[in-house]
Amino acid sequence: MTAPRTLVEKIWAAHAVAELGDATDLLHIDRIFLHERSGGRMLQGLAEAGRKVFDPAMVLGTLDHIIDTNPGRTDATKFPGGAEFIAAFRDGARAAGIRVFDLDDPAQGIAHVIAPELGSAQPGLTMVCGDSHTCTLGGMGALAWGIGVTQGEHALATQCLPAGRPKQMRVRFDGALADGVTAKDMVLHLIRTHGARGGDGCALEYAGSAVEAMSCAGRMTLCNMAVEFGAWTGIVAPDETTIAYLAGRPYAPQRADWDAAVAWWRTLRSDGDARFDREIVINAAGLSPSVTWGTSSEQTVGVDEPVPAPGGFADAVARASAEKALAYTGAEPGRPLAGLSIDAAFIGSCANSRIEDLRDAARVLAGRKVAAGVTAICVPGSTPVKRQAEAEGLDRIFKAAGFQWREAGCSLCFYNGGDSFGSARRVISSTNRNFENRQGPGVRTHLASPLTVAASAVAGAIADPRALLRR
Amino acid sequence: MEPFRRIAGTSAPMPIDNVDTDAIIPSKETQSTARTGYGEKLFANWRYLPGTRAPNPDFVLNNPRYAGAQLLVAGRNFGCGSSREAAVWALSQFGVRAVIAESYGAIFRNNCIRNGVLPAVLPIAAVEQVLAELADGAIAPQMAVDLETCTIVSPSGAVFGFQIGSLEREMLMQGADEIELTLMKRPLIEAFRARDQALRPWVYASQEATHAQDH
Repeated sequence: MTAPRTLVEKIWAAHAVAELGDATDLLHIDRIFLHERSGGRMLQGLAEAGRKVFDPAMVLGTLDHIIDTNPGRTDATKFPGGAEFIAAFRDGARAAGIRVFDLDDPAQGIAHVIAPELGSAQPGLTMVCGDSHTCTLGGMGALAWGIGVTQGEHALATQCLPAGRPKQMRVRFDGALADGVTAKDMVLHLIRTHGARGGDGCALEYAGSAVEAMSCAGRMTLCNMAVEFGAWTGIVAPDETTIAYLAGRPYAPQRADWDAAVAWWRTLRSDGDARFDREIVINAAGLSPSVTWGTSSEQTVGVDEPVPAPGGFADAVARASAEKALAYTGAEPGRPLAGLSIDAAFIGSCANSRIEDLRDAARVLAGRKVAAGVTAICVPGSTPVKRQAEAEGLDRIFKAAGFQWREAGCSLCFYNGGDSFGSARRVISSTNRNFENRQGPGVRTHLASPLTVAASAVAGAIADPRALLRR
Repeated sequence: MEPFRRIAGTSAPMPIDNVDTDAIIPSKETQSTARTGYGEKLFANWRYLPGTRAPNPDFVLNNPRYAGAQLLVAGRNFGCGSSREAAVWALSQFGVRAVIAESYGAIFRNNCIRNGVLPAVLPIAAVEQVLAELADGAIAPQMAVDLETCTIVSPSGAVFGFQIGSLEREMLMQGADEIELTLMKRPLIEAFRARDQALRPWVYASQEATHAQDH
């Protein structure tokens, strides 16, 4: 009789090629995603070492990181040097026989948004990509994690990666969320409560009734920010919601394979008596919309709570970090974030750019206008998301409210020398990183849900979306 | 990759938590697919005055006391954020061969091991002691990190032990090419795939073919 195992331990065992000692295994990697920011460099490195891509059919590529997202875009990038990255990626992928979802492809988009849309991200698969938010795909029940260029070359050359067996953590969100509170608010609350290193390099399984009730999109938002929580990756056990999402997707298992795959997927859940190194339980019903006040996702408060004073932090390093963050963002200790004027609002990124996110924002924006002086931008996560939103008329709501309606990509989630909000602007953003200068030189980023971003855009200041939803 | 055995030299204090890889190497600084030329770009947003390449006199690495630092000491979660390996290239090309912190971003840590940079871990109390000594003008900011004995010597001469996995220690000390080690296991990989294909045939089904049917 086998010992009780967690979901991650089951997937791990199904991929262990060899034991390397020191609690490390060589794992088979089922899917590799490449993008133009690091994919070309990986393929160049491989070629320079005289190595070949082990199994090109297990590799997919997309253009997302540095491409232009303005309407009518071409290959030209605002990012200096962009042409070199794009050319190196296309050339390398073509030579290796790797399928790329290029700018003109109807399936193009952010890697972690299109992988599920294509049906490529599936329960029980091991997946890697040269991007830290690859953990997003845990929302589909995949064991997925971000890697650097050297490990990317390793995965491409061998279809395997060595990985240390991670500690196991489970976070349960029990109870029903209040209207106006979303997956983004849940994960920001988690990070605020336990710290940006609270995930401690663990494999983190999200569970509980609030997660079971959630769409795949919400689960992917939770898993997206597992890396901001300091976890190695995040995952949600696949269920009927996951299976229904994947049915009929072009890269999902076909015909007889589908039934066999579904039968296996249904076994992928932690045993009732599985042992976790750490468990956290959170009452989802008690949560309110979360907004960050500093330059780490742990620097979060409820939208109507006061910003904490640095004096309250435990040790000198934590205190100095809070003071540095407050000096950068200009948030005032003791005062709530609600009411703080903003210069821009951004909806996009692998955290929150799926169709469900755009529907949320449109709920708030319908019949309303963005406040005067606020630059508001919506960048759908993929071309299919954009088309779906247009079919539902959401684009007209965004545009009528005063939002720019753009083409799919990572866009203003990070500043690379091209597109920016301008200097020293305060931005409310549905993205996942509020680091110093992340969205541009001096840009002060407040992370929040798409609902809160939309409500704040309308108010011209950080605002609680629940007030607008009630009306 | 340059083997790592022992580094002794100047150490610079960075007494904050959550130093992210965007700070270590801003995205706008990586405008070429090359792996070289990152030393002068390290911490560019903090190291230079805004919009220039003029040194910011307030930044620790511009302080003559810490000139030529080969070690860096920081708080919790150093290297969190983006997976960009250029963060490690920038550190090593600047001359930093070891970081000492309470914890690390997992991807940054993995990238360090594969680029000859040691990510050593000490408890926060020890980190704070070392940071205080580095800031103390009465003591020279000289430290040593020895991977053979897994010890760190602080500016005052205090000795701290640290732990690192045996495989990672070996890789750093040998300067090993991990890809080559895995390629030598090719027969094991092929055998696994044959077994696995019988169990999970859909994982190996031609993606191109299934995709083509839908167009």
